[in-house]
Amino acid sequence: MDSISKSVVKLDHGPKVRGEALYAPDHPMEGVLHGKLLRSDRAYARLLSVQVPELPEGYVFADWRDVPGENVVLLILEDTPVFATDTVEFLGDPIGIVAGPNEAVVDQILSKIQVEYEDLPPVLDPETSETIFFDYSHQQGDVDQAFAQADRIYEETFRTGYQEHGYLETNGLTAIPSDGKLTVHGSIQCPYYVHKALKKALGVEHEAVQVIQDVTGGGFGGKEDYPSILACQVAVAALKAGRPVRTIYSRREDMAYTSKRHPSRSRYKVAVKDGRVTAMDIDILYNAGAYTTMSMVVLQRGVICANGVYHIPNLRVRGRSAKTNTVPNGAFRGFGAPQTFFSAEMIMAHIATDLGIDPLTFKEAHVARHGDPTSTGGKYHFPVPLLEMSEKLTREVDYWNKRKEYDTQSGRYRRGIGFSFSFHGAGFTGSGERDIIKAVAALQKYPDGKVEILTAGTEMGQGLLTTFAKIVAKELHLPLNQIIIALPDTDRVPDSGPTVASRSVMVVGELLRRAAARLKAEWVDGEAQRFEEKFQEPDFVIPFNIETFQGDAYPTYSWGAHCVELEIDTFTGEHKVLGAWGCYDVGTPIDMTVIVGQMEGGLLQGIGYSHMEQMVCDRRGCIRSNSYSDYTMPTSADVPNMGVMIHVEEYPEGPYGAKGAGELPIVGIPGAYISALEQALGADVHHIPFSMEDTLSKWTEVQTL
Amino acid sequence: MSIPFTLNGTPITWDGSATDRLLDVLRAEFTCTGVKCGCNEGECGACSVILDGQLVNSCMVAMGRVWDSEITTIEGFRETEAFQILDRTFAETGAVQCGFCTPGMIIAAACLLQRNPSPTAAEIREALSGNLCRCTGYNAIISAVDRAAKEGCRP
Repeated sequence: MDSISKSVVKLDHGPKVRGEALYAPDHPMEGVLHGKLLRSDRAYARLLSVQVPELPEGYVFADWRDVPGENVVLLILEDTPVFATDTVEFLGDPIGIVAGPNEAVVDQILSKIQVEYEDLPPVLDPETSETIFFDYSHQQGDVDQAFAQADRIYEETFRTGYQEHGYLETNGLTAIPSDGKLTVHGSIQCPYYVHKALKKALGVEHEAVQVIQDVTGGGFGGKEDYPSILACQVAVAALKAGRPVRTIYSRREDMAYTSKRHPSRSRYKVAVKDGRVTAMDIDILYNAGAYTTMSMVVLQRGVICANGVYHIPNLRVRGRSAKTNTVPNGAFRGFGAPQTFFSAEMIMAHIATDLGIDPLTFKEAHVARHGDPTSTGGKYHFPVPLLEMSEKLTREVDYWNKRKEYDTQSGRYRRGIGFSFSFHGAGFTGSGERDIIKAVAALQKYPDGKVEILTAGTEMGQGLLTTFAKIVAKELHLPLNQIIIALPDTDRVPDSGPTVASRSVMVVGELLRRAAARLKAEWVDGEAQRFEEKFQEPDFVIPFNIETFQGDAYPTYSWGAHCVELEIDTFTGEHKVLGAWGCYDVGTPIDMTVIVGQMEGGLLQGIGYSHMEQMVCDRRGCIRSNSYSDYTMPTSADVPNMGVMIHVEEYPEGPYGAKGAGELPIVGIPGAYISALEQALGADVHHIPFSMEDTLSKWTEVQTL
Repeated sequence: MSIPFTLNGTPITWDGSATDRLLDVLRAEFTCTGVKCGCNEGECGACSVILDGQLVNSCMVAMGRVWDSEITTIEGFRETEAFQILDRTFAETGAVQCGFCTPGMIIAAACLLQRNPSPTAAEIREALSGNLCRCTGYNAIISAVDRAAKEGCRP
């Protein structure tokens, strides 16, 4: 184990455990107005009028007319309005904001505002949507010929549901206007995304906007795009009021109206010849919701990952992202990959079972090897350790014996054990790092010898303050307490890119390591020194072309192998997870405790996604599962036996060999979970989450056959 | 009405409505911002406090219920020796990620160890199951409480 992997006490541990850390809602309210949004209560309608009652002194109402710049939230595209103008496009679409000193009075004003609509027919089913936001295709080999020569052809359709991030701290921001400047601070994953959006909506220059991250209570992607929207709204209210305005979402507001994981439908057609998969023809549809937000890149990752970890010589993938009049879906840990990985793992398992081969044996025979081409004609440039990992994991959990044992069962309780593989393409998809992000990171050395890390990287619980500081301290041979690192403030830090895509340690961490190496080489005692590093694409990368979808979509990959063992109660449909294990290669762990914590947390989120996390959108386009009571996330009692193993394949371009980590565990776990469930049920399963009710009805169906 | 209670060892007489919620009063009027609001309906445990030795979600407690009671929040508990042990074991196992659930988790652990100084892993899991954490997967938290118990943490 590299010495850097040895765990340290996290830099932010003390204030958090003592309850002293100030999150967005914890800053003093003196002089700050409460801001609350007026939202559409229908899915699709023409907005005819908004009648605001006479406001008491000190209260303001702001809508699109008050947006000083363009009424646009700049995300990737520019279709999300700050406030609705002519139409509302989903139930919850913001129409305006009320701000004032007393929260109860703000609520009263909101309840008295009369909105007149002319209802329009909403589109709630992506299959019937005529608005396709994005449509991508890519192909390798000769798919038609492979199907013409196939022994067998399999066709199956898989569906995945919504998933709610469930961060314990809801979205919340404060906007503070002052002389010629507007400051926004709060629960933020990507300060410069918020900064760019504010500049456009306020119509101001770079220096007129400042964005600061407060201590943030979890993100998981849910605070990647959404704070840009909320920031523009709160800023408009603050400018109109001429006072600071804070908006803290209630749990119900956060769950019903902020982004989620895209529900999906994936249709797989697979050719098999001589016991091997020779071709896949895949059609993917993601439900984008009402605005594009992050759907473009989410879909890109989904289609790139559609063949899973397998080398499929003839591959055709088409993916579309359809507009519906529902809450816009956005970034969520895994970012489009968990949906297609689930489908790829299940179709491989189903074909294996049909051919009379154990699913794991069949999967192992198809995994990509070092040097193989990727789905987009790139290359796996570095070792692919999946077979070693499955060997380790199956031995550890006694997979083969259990798998055999559970093939013959009787009685009320039935068990199963399942296995899945996954990868996470580390960093931005395609040429994003090179062409869009262009990360810059800096180190500032002070005369007293302390060194400050300056990046836009945010700490959301994933340990970034600690891992960044460890990298710099090691390179400089300094003790950790000589390194200064704070939550980002756009007035002070360069744009090192968003804290997303499991890119921060691998990409920004390496820029910091290089800056530290230069500082060390040119260190002058007693002087202030500053070194900056800019991202450069590694030489080995086959440049990705977004038009043709060809090239290296990612420079390297993190790898995962998962095993889940469970028992179902065939009388009640209840699931009991007997064990859940993952073996992960994320390169060199920069801190073993941090990495294990990330893997365990993601693993449990993945188990929630597979089974218990049901989010229902009704026929009005209303998210009904809008509370922790209605949307069940795993508790400490649900998966008592969970284990993580770490395998290390060092990545030469990452700091000390590190690769991306945070998203990996959730990508693959549904495949293992559902495989275990299928063995227990003795039937194939085609969707997640697979609830108790689903289990019971499937069991009944199997028994009556 | 005037409601007498003890907050973190200090006797207090609070003037307000008996239907106000303990969580809101603690945060807004006593600067106990370590008591977090996660869900507002008694599901997540982020607002856990100790009321007369019992673990409660302060978002579900009306001020009238607090009459003559003793309330301990993280702000009070962090001054105890028992806290020092939990602080250390939480640090060692990496039980704190985003930290939003942490003060509530510490309070729930303290309540458990008060009534059961040597809990089994299953008993720890059960006792903390009213406190949601979305980051850790819970293993590190369970290990931290287990370690604290073994090191003699007696709140």
